[in-house]
Amino acid sequence: MAEPKVKYDRQLRIWGEKGQAALEKASICLLNCGPTGSETLKNLVLGGVGSITIVDGSKVEVGDLGNNFMVDESSVGQSKAECVCAFLQELNDAVKAKFIEEHPEELIETNPSFFSQFTLVIATQLVEDSMVKLDRICREANIILIFARSYGLMGLVRISVKEHTVIESKPDHFLDDLRLNDPWPELRRFAETVDLNTTDAVVHKHTPYIIILVKMAEEWANTHGGKLPSTREEKKQFKDLIKSKMITVDEENYKEAMEASFKVFSPQGIGPNLQKIINDSCSEVDSNSSDFWVMVAALKEFIASEGGGETPLEGSIPDMTSSTELYVNLQKTYQAKAETDFLVMEQRVKNLLKKINRDPASISKANIKSFCRNARKLAVCRYRLVEDEFNSPVQPELQKYLTDEDCGTAAGLYILLRAADRFAANYNKFPGQFDGEMDEDISRLKSTAVGLLNDLGCNGSAISEDLINEMCRYGASELHVVAAFVGGVASQEVIKLITRQFIPMSGTFIFNGIDHKSQLLLL
Amino acid sequence: MADSIPQSRSRDLDKLLLRPGNLVGPTFEAGAQLRDDIKECVRVLVIGAGGLGCELLKDLAFSGFQNLEVIDMDRIEVTNLNRQFLFRLGDVGKPKAEVAAKRVMERVSGVAIKSHFCRIEDKPISFYNDFHIIVLGLDSIEARSYINSVACSFLEYDSDDNPQEESIKPMVDGGTEGFKGHARIIMPGVTPCFECTIWLFPPQVKFPLCTLAETPRTAAHCIEYAHLIKWDEAHSGKTFDPDDPEHMQWVYSEAVKRAELFGIPGVTYSLTQGVVKNIIPAIASTNAIISAACALETLKVVSGCSKTLTNYLTYNGVEGLHTKVTEFVRDKDCLVCGPGVLIELEASVTLKKFIDLLEDHPKLLLTRVSVTYRGKNLYMQAPPVLEEMTRSNLDLPLFELMGKTPRDIVHVTGAAGKGDTKQSCSRKLRVVFKGMVGVTDMDMAGGA
Repeated sequence: MAEPKVKYDRQLRIWGEKGQAALEKASICLLNCGPTGSETLKNLVLGGVGSITIVDGSKVEVGDLGNNFMVDESSVGQSKAECVCAFLQELNDAVKAKFIEEHPEELIETNPSFFSQFTLVIATQLVEDSMVKLDRICREANIILIFARSYGLMGLVRISVKEHTVIESKPDHFLDDLRLNDPWPELRRFAETVDLNTTDAVVHKHTPYIIILVKMAEEWANTHGGKLPSTREEKKQFKDLIKSKMITVDEENYKEAMEASFKVFSPQGIGPNLQKIINDSCSEVDSNSSDFWVMVAALKEFIASEGGGETPLEGSIPDMTSSTELYVNLQKTYQAKAETDFLVMEQRVKNLLKKINRDPASISKANIKSFCRNARKLAVCRYRLVEDEFNSPVQPELQKYLTDEDCGTAAGLYILLRAADRFAANYNKFPGQFDGEMDEDISRLKSTAVGLLNDLGCNGSAISEDLINEMCRYGASELHVVAAFVGGVASQEVIKLITRQFIPMSGTFIFNGIDHKSQLLLL
Repeated sequence: MADSIPQSRSRDLDKLLLRPGNLVGPTFEAGAQLRDDIKECVRVLVIGAGGLGCELLKDLAFSGFQNLEVIDMDRIEVTNLNRQFLFRLGDVGKPKAEVAAKRVMERVSGVAIKSHFCRIEDKPISFYNDFHIIVLGLDSIEARSYINSVACSFLEYDSDDNPQEESIKPMVDGGTEGFKGHARIIMPGVTPCFECTIWLFPPQVKFPLCTLAETPRTAAHCIEYAHLIKWDEAHSGKTFDPDDPEHMQWVYSEAVKRAELFGIPGVTYSLTQGVVKNIIPAIASTNAIISAACALETLKVVSGCSKTLTNYLTYNGVEGLHTKVTEFVRDKDCLVCGPGVLIELEASVTLKKFIDLLEDHPKLLLTRVSVTYRGKNLYMQAPPVLEEMTRSNLDLPLFELMGKTPRDIVHVTGAAGKGDTKQSCSRKLRVVFKGMVGVTDMDMAGGA
């Protein structure tokens, strides 16, 4: 039946069949199904995740009808997990949905092994103490964990996993891999077959800029002691040289060549991000290494030897003005080089696998190919334990955030959310939760926040009275729109984590619903 | 920590609306009155009942608004179901606006949502003036541009060219593509309108016809050749319908033939649909994020319960997570939200002559013009009944039709632009009759 494919068409165009298959295999656990949790899960159920398990021990109250779309009048008094589960099932019958009526805090205390059955756990509306405990459990079991919390007009989203590696990071803008400043022999030979000084005007204006630039770079190097343009003046001269080859002013291919001339000047070799990855200690592989790191190790060898400082060629070219024939043949030249590089990489991967006593065929051709195509765009994300961040945040960073004009509010909200949890642990209620106790709560929250800042070593920093007031005004409310925003962010990150495409956020995201100056805090 | 007081449905929202705060808007007056006013008096229009619209209706209903209306001309399709959570497989083919309104009313009691299954241009301009705020969940530049021009046409300036507050029709606009999106507030006359920052939406790149015909290089070129050139050659007079699977299949197989002929890889049925329909990838999570931001800002604009976004938020989740707030500035010469294009006329100029003038006016280039003055139709192009009723006005002097008012605002609607790029729009004109103005200026000075 072709229907699921049609239903998912608009997202398949983003993450493809492979990404979709990963989603459909994933099993997700949600802790607490208030609006933040329900909205997070809704976005994932629509996208077609494999299975969901909702854990919530509460009953639906009248107040829930004002902020949670998954419950209605008839749900009051019933298990919230059951009601939310039933509604979500209605959205997509391909998803296996179940619920457990139990308080997540109890589950964390009594049954830590429960969590190891899932691909990913989404923990919503947990206070600090439970966050820390759950984080330890999931880290131990190597389960991806994501926290989401809505509190008045603010919110928090935090990913926690030891390491997440990405091959298909699919950046929006990335320099094409054209090797114009160091063409391999076949590309050079191909360029030699084309004469830039042809008198045939039609041929002249259909010579692709890749050929123009390869030839012009060579011409320049021949007259400049083998060097390419490097100074501003030289770069300008180089562009002028291209311009001088135009027969008429409207030759699009020459205009494109001038625009793309910076690709000739761009530095050779690999960028700093990739350098960091191949220098990572994980690239010293053993039998416990993941496929990703085995391929990184092979890549490191390739760059040092066959690659001559470069990664395997990506093998595709952007569209450009050209005759069909030259363009198609040029494309084939790039593809052939990419294929050669891939075969070398494949051999290196096999050898490494043998060395670490693994089946040499255990990493598929398709995966190695994808790795080669994306070698320049690899990403490695690592996340601190929440406990470590909470006990010893990167102090100079925190200080900087707190005093910065643009993100001071977000950093202040971060401190106040943590202070609110301390407050709750001491007074058995959140600041401002009940009317009529505001003044007392404000001064108590203030001293709690000052205490927390002292514990974190930020003695000099102060949180504004207005913001403390604001936090008390929120009184731990869970507003639907804030929950929808925070849940949206959390679900987007979940999709990136499960599909292993695109780069998930780093650090702790603080949603600032006051003026939308939200901030990622790298603590 | 159980709440012992009997609960109300607005338990959480009450904290925001009933309690005073310091980080709030200048108009904020916390209290039950505010909550009840939002519930009973404020009227919100949502434009679009698609990915953003579905979320917006739910979010606004939970933000205390109980008088909502929604307008959308589309019917539900299977490809909507991965994100438009108010629709089920059994709803395919039904009008989006109707189903969306019904589903939200079923689950959020107290909210009334009136649906309009029609084009935005089908509603009279006055329809839009009935709302306190308009929220846009659209995916086309043209539609945004039209609503923007309508909302800006209500704007009136005082004699010092300052916008008159009660005439400002606030808009909140959202848009998404894949993992990216934006939300913005438009207060005509105060913050930039859609047209002031039109450069934020670069026009869609079109392939040159000679590339398609002579030097195709990519799969998309082959598809566009089949779609734009081959179709017309093979089907004389029959219009291509992108929603007809047989038509799409024909374009696909022609594109495959062409690609094989030239040795070009990559033509697939899915790509064919994508290129021909200009499909923008869309997912539930991004729509949820952007709609939530829009609904929150709507609540803030109406209630003042917090600061507002100034004035443009971008969200990008492709590489990590980036949010940014940019304060764009108005284009002082904007034709749409400015004080209006000044038109100086002799008192003898007829309505017909006036309409002809607009066609040649270099800033306007308006064709098929309809004219209204202070809510009264002076001339209407359509429907035929109205055209006939107003036709006799064409030969009367505009000055007479305007009750001999020496200077005032006249609203016109029509098609703007040249050739293929024409689009519906609404423009505000400052009409001044020569030789008559000094009189009023003196009157006003005397009255002050």
